[in-house]
Formats: sequence, C-alpha cells, structure tokens
Amino acid sequence: MNQIHSIDPERRRLLAMAGGALGLLALAGTARAADGAVKYPDAAFETKNEDEALKGIFGDRKATPSDKVTLTAPDIAENGAVVPLTVESTLPKVTRIAFVVPDNPFPLAAEFLIPEGSEAYVSNRIKMGKTSSVVAIVESDGKLYSATKQVKVTVGGCGG
Amino acid sequence: MASSIRILARAGDGGLVDVKSLIQHPMDSGLIKDSSGKFIPAHYIETVLFKHNGKVVFQADWSRAVSKDPYLGFRFKGGKSGDKLEASWVDNLGKSDSTTATIS
Repeated sequence: MNQIHSIDPERRRLLAMAGGALGLLALAGTARAADGAVKYPDAAFETKNEDEALKGIFGDRKATPSDKVTLTAPDIAENGAVVPLTVESTLPKVTRIAFVVPDNPFPLAAEFLIPEGSEAYVSNRIKMGKTSSVVAIVESDGKLYSATKQVKVTVGGCGG
Repeated sequence: MASSIRILARAGDGGLVDVKSLIQHPMDSGLIKDSSGKFIPAHYIETVLFKHNGKVVFQADWSRAVSKDPYLGFRFKGGKSGDKLEASWVDNLGKSDSTTATIS
C-alpha cells in the first residue's frame, strides 16, 4: 500500500481522536480507509448461508431478474478451479456487482465496488466445487437486479 | 523485486480505459488437503484497489473462491494514454503488493 506521509504531532492527535469515530463508521462498512478502500465484508464471505451472505452485502433488499444484466459463463466448466465469469449491465448508476454460487461451500464468491465513472462490467475467474447455478447481482440506483446461469462442473474446483 | 501484478490498460474512444490485470497469488481456499492429509491454510487476496489520478476507479473484494493467479478485467472513463494507474492488493494474512502501470 502507499506510504503514509509523516504527520506533525498536533495533527496526529486530532487524527487519533477522529480515528475513534472513523472506527465506528468502518464497522458500518461504508467508511473509506486511509488508502481509499471500503472495508472488506468479512462476515459475508465467511458464512455458508446464502441469505446471510447477501444480507451482509445488500441488507434486506432482494434482487429482481433483469435482462439488462448479462452474465457470461460456460455451460460446462471442464476445470472447476477456473471458471471465467463476465458480467455487463446497461442499467443506470451501477455501484456494485456480486457473484453468488449457491452450491459452493461459501456462497458469496466476489463483490466489486464501482465508483461513478467506472463501467458496469467485470470479468473474473472463480472456483466452483460442483455443478451449480451462478448468480450475478447488480446494484443499480439503490435497487438490485440479477442474472442466473447454470454451470455444469465436471471436475470440482475445491479439491474434491 | 518484480511486482506480482501485471496490468494491460488501454485507452480507447471517449476516454474509456479497458484494464486487464493478472496477479500471481496462490489463492488457497483452506479447504484442500496436502499429500499428508493436512489442510493447506487459507491464503487468498481479500481486496484489490485501482486508482487513477488518486481516485479509486475499482475495488474488488475477493473470497477464497476466486481462482489461483486471479485475472480481473474492468473499465473506467476519463483516462488517456500516458496516465498512470495504481493497483494494490491485501490478502488475509496481511501481505500486500502494489504496482503502477502506464495507460497505453
């Protein structure tokens, strides 16, 4: 990560006081750390429960299937350890994209944060333990939309 | 030491920059056993951050389910040839790496 510039003692004191407040904000998952990153949502990635994982990222909102979300994934993944996924969306004001694999041991595979000016597009490769659906969830203007694709896995990517 | 991050960033029409990145990392899920029957400890990148002119243009939060030597593609507006793109990552063990690439 980038080096922190040296800070004079008075400023350091003020920052330390502010740090307590920032710490609380960071717990809410919306504050940006010094380097600009939004806090990593540990709990959502560590749960085996799909509903809990989604709640950890998106709260109580539910996704509506939309043909304005295009999920490209192979029909058959020969190697479950490397399954390419690409999501694009023509929806407006897209701020987040998430990949969920309901039949994976930990359903939430990845989440992408898209600032204003960046495109609703991401391409990534994930591991799938076995044949499962893959769900792409797109957050657009505060609402959730999804696209789902069934991916057959011939050799599981979790070492099984 | 060479960076673990390789980036290909190309500026196109209307200031749209297409970024393809490849990061060398084991992305061990912690769910696989080695030949002696012991679990290989989880070791995977958690956050990847990209900045252009000091502004965050993309953040990826990854789980143990992202593939080894992860590939990531994304696009953002407002960049041009010659601009710098910074990339950095932090993993679950607290290791990190970063690099700066030039948009072509």
